[in-house]
Amino acid sequence: MEVRVANVRKEFDRFPALHDVSLDIKSGELIALLGPSGSGKTTLLRLIAGLERPTRGNIFFGDEDASHKSIQDRNVGFVFQHYALFRHMTVADNIGFGLKVRHGPSRPPAQEIRRRASELLDLVQLSGLEKRYPAQLSGGQRQRVALARAMAIEPKVLLLDEPFGALDAQVRRELRRWLREIHDATGHTTVFVTHDQEEALELADRVVVMSQGRIEQVGTADDIYDTPNSPFVYGFIGESSSLPVKVENGEIWLADRPIGLAAPNEPSGDATLYFRPHDVELLDGCSGCIAGTVAASRRVAGTRRVELEIGGERQRVEIELPVDHPAAQKSRVAFRPGRWKLFPAA
Amino acid sequence: MTTAPAQAGWRFRQPSVIPGFGLTLGFSLAYLTLIILIPLSGLLWRSAALGWPEFWAIATDRRTINALRISFGTAFVAAAVNVVFGTLVAWVLVRYRFPGRRIVDAMVDLPFALPTAVAGIALTTLYAPNGWIGKLLMPLGIKVAYTPLGIVIALIFIGLPFVVRTVQPIMEEIDKEVEEAAATLGANRFQIITRILFPGLAPAIVTGFALAFARGVGEYGSVIFIAGNLPYKSEIAPLLIVIRLEEYNYPAATAIAAIMLALSFIMLLVVNLAQSWSRKRYG
Repeated sequence: MEVRVANVRKEFDRFPALHDVSLDIKSGELIALLGPSGSGKTTLLRLIAGLERPTRGNIFFGDEDASHKSIQDRNVGFVFQHYALFRHMTVADNIGFGLKVRHGPSRPPAQEIRRRASELLDLVQLSGLEKRYPAQLSGGQRQRVALARAMAIEPKVLLLDEPFGALDAQVRRELRRWLREIHDATGHTTVFVTHDQEEALELADRVVVMSQGRIEQVGTADDIYDTPNSPFVYGFIGESSSLPVKVENGEIWLADRPIGLAAPNEPSGDATLYFRPHDVELLDGCSGCIAGTVAASRRVAGTRRVELEIGGERQRVEIELPVDHPAAQKSRVAFRPGRWKLFPAA
Repeated sequence: MTTAPAQAGWRFRQPSVIPGFGLTLGFSLAYLTLIILIPLSGLLWRSAALGWPEFWAIATDRRTINALRISFGTAFVAAAVNVVFGTLVAWVLVRYRFPGRRIVDAMVDLPFALPTAVAGIALTTLYAPNGWIGKLLMPLGIKVAYTPLGIVIALIFIGLPFVVRTVQPIMEEIDKEVEEAAATLGANRFQIITRILFPGLAPAIVTGFALAFARGVGEYGSVIFIAGNLPYKSEIAPLLIVIRLEEYNYPAATAIAAIMLALSFIMLLVVNLAQSWSRKRYG
C-alpha cells in the first residue's frame, strides 16, 4: 500500500514538532526515518499510524484519506522500541490478539487464529515458543514476537519505532539482516525510525533524513552519502570536516591563497567547504592545497585520524592518514579533498 | 568421577555479599514472635483449656454462627463493592488531571486516619431513619441503619483506601505503549480495558480485596454504632467476643476468636496462593 504524507504539520501545545512535511512512500518499499532526537521522526511515524492527529495536512493510504480514521480502522502494524507485549498473555495469544478482537465475520475461528500464530512464529524463527510468556523471552525474541503480532493483522503498512534500539549490538545486527529478509519475503510497505545511520543506510531502500521537524533529504544510501544536499546531512551522515572558505572567480580560496579546487558554477562570496576525512589526496609540496600542522592524532581501526590546525586562525579539520604515514606531532601535512561540496556560509 | 548429588531439603537462599542477613532475619523473627506469634498462641492456648465438646458447643451455637456469618458476609460484600469503586477512583486519579485532584487524592486516606467510632457515629446519623439519607430511603422501604446493610456501608467506608492505595501505584506503572499497541491491532476501548488493562491490574485488585476484607472482618468501632447489634441479625463476631468478655466468659470469647483466626488465616492463605500463582505466570 502506498502512503502519502501531504503537507503535514503537527504541534504539541503550540510547539511545532513537524513543519509542513511531505513524503511519498511507494508500495512495498522499506523506508528509514533517520535523525537526531527531537527531529520529529517518531512523531511522523505516529502520525502515519494514527497514534497522533495532524494539526494540519493529510495522510493518504493509497487514494484514501486516512487522516481522520481511527487507529483501529487504519490497519497498521506498529512495533514499539520496548516491545509493548501483553505480559499476561502467552506468545501465541499475543500474536493472535489482533485477530481475536475482531467482530463478526472478519474474525477467524479459533483454530485458524492458532494456525496463523504458529505460522508467523515460524516466520520469525521462534517455532515452539507458543506457550511461553513474554517474561520468559530475551529482548531479541520479544521484538520478534512484537513483529509477528504486528504482521498477524495483515497490515497495510508496517511501522517500527526504533525497533532495535533496546537491544545489544550483536543482536541488533542479526535482527537487522533478518528484518530485511522478512521484508523481502512478505513485501509489506515498511517504515522504521532510527537514530542509527548505519542501520538506516544498510537496511533501507530509501532514507529520509530529518532535522528539527523538517525533512532534509530523501534518497538511497548512495544519494545520501555521496551527494548530501545540506550542511546538516553532510555533518549527520558519516564523518565530515568543514572549513570556512571564499569563492572568487570560480576558485576556492582559504584565507589568502587558493587551494587548487575549481568551483566555476558557484557564486562569489563566503562559503563553507565540506569533505570526508577519508576522501583526501595527500600532497608533498603546497601550491594549491590545504596545509596545516598536526594538533592531535588518534588511531582508529585501520587508519590514523589527525586533527590539523590550518592557517593563522588555527581552524581545525580532521583527515585520515595511512597508519604508516610519518606525520607526527607538529609536523606539516598538505592535502586536497577528493570529493567535496560547498554550501553558502551560514 | 561422579559429582555429588545436589543437597536435598531446605536451604537458606544465598544472601547477597552485603552483610547483615543473619542480624536482620534474627531481628525479624524475634519481632514477629513478640508482636504476633505469642499473643496469638496465647489465644489458642486459652481456648484449648476449654475441652473439645464445650468448644464445639460454642462453635455451633446459633448466635456464634450467625455472628460469624454476618462478619464474614458483610466484609466480603463490602470488599467486593470496594474493588469496583476503589478501582474506579484509582483510575480517575491516575488517568485524569482535573482541578481538585490532589484534594480528592488526600480524601481517600481519611478513613485511614479517622477514629472508626467517629465514622460509625457519622454514618449512623446519616442513615438512621430520621437522618438525611435514611429519610430518603425510608419511603422506598430500604432500611440501612441497624441492619446488615448498615454494616456493609460502614465497612465500605473503612475499606476503600485499601483498594485505592494498592491499585493506584500499579495503575500508574501501566505502559501507555501497551494500550497503543492494542489499539493498532484493532482493539476498541472496551476490549483494551477488559483484555489488556484489567488482567494486568488483577493481582493488585486481589491484594486490595484481601486487605479490605481482612480489615472488614476485624472492624469493630464503626460497625457497632450503625449495626444496632441485634443478636442473630446484626451482631458481628468481634462484638460477640466483647460481650462474652464482659460476662467474664473468657473461654467462650477465646473460642470465637480462635474460629475467626482460623477462618481469616485460611482466606488470606487462599488469596496469597492466588497471588503467587499469577505472579509466576506473568512474571
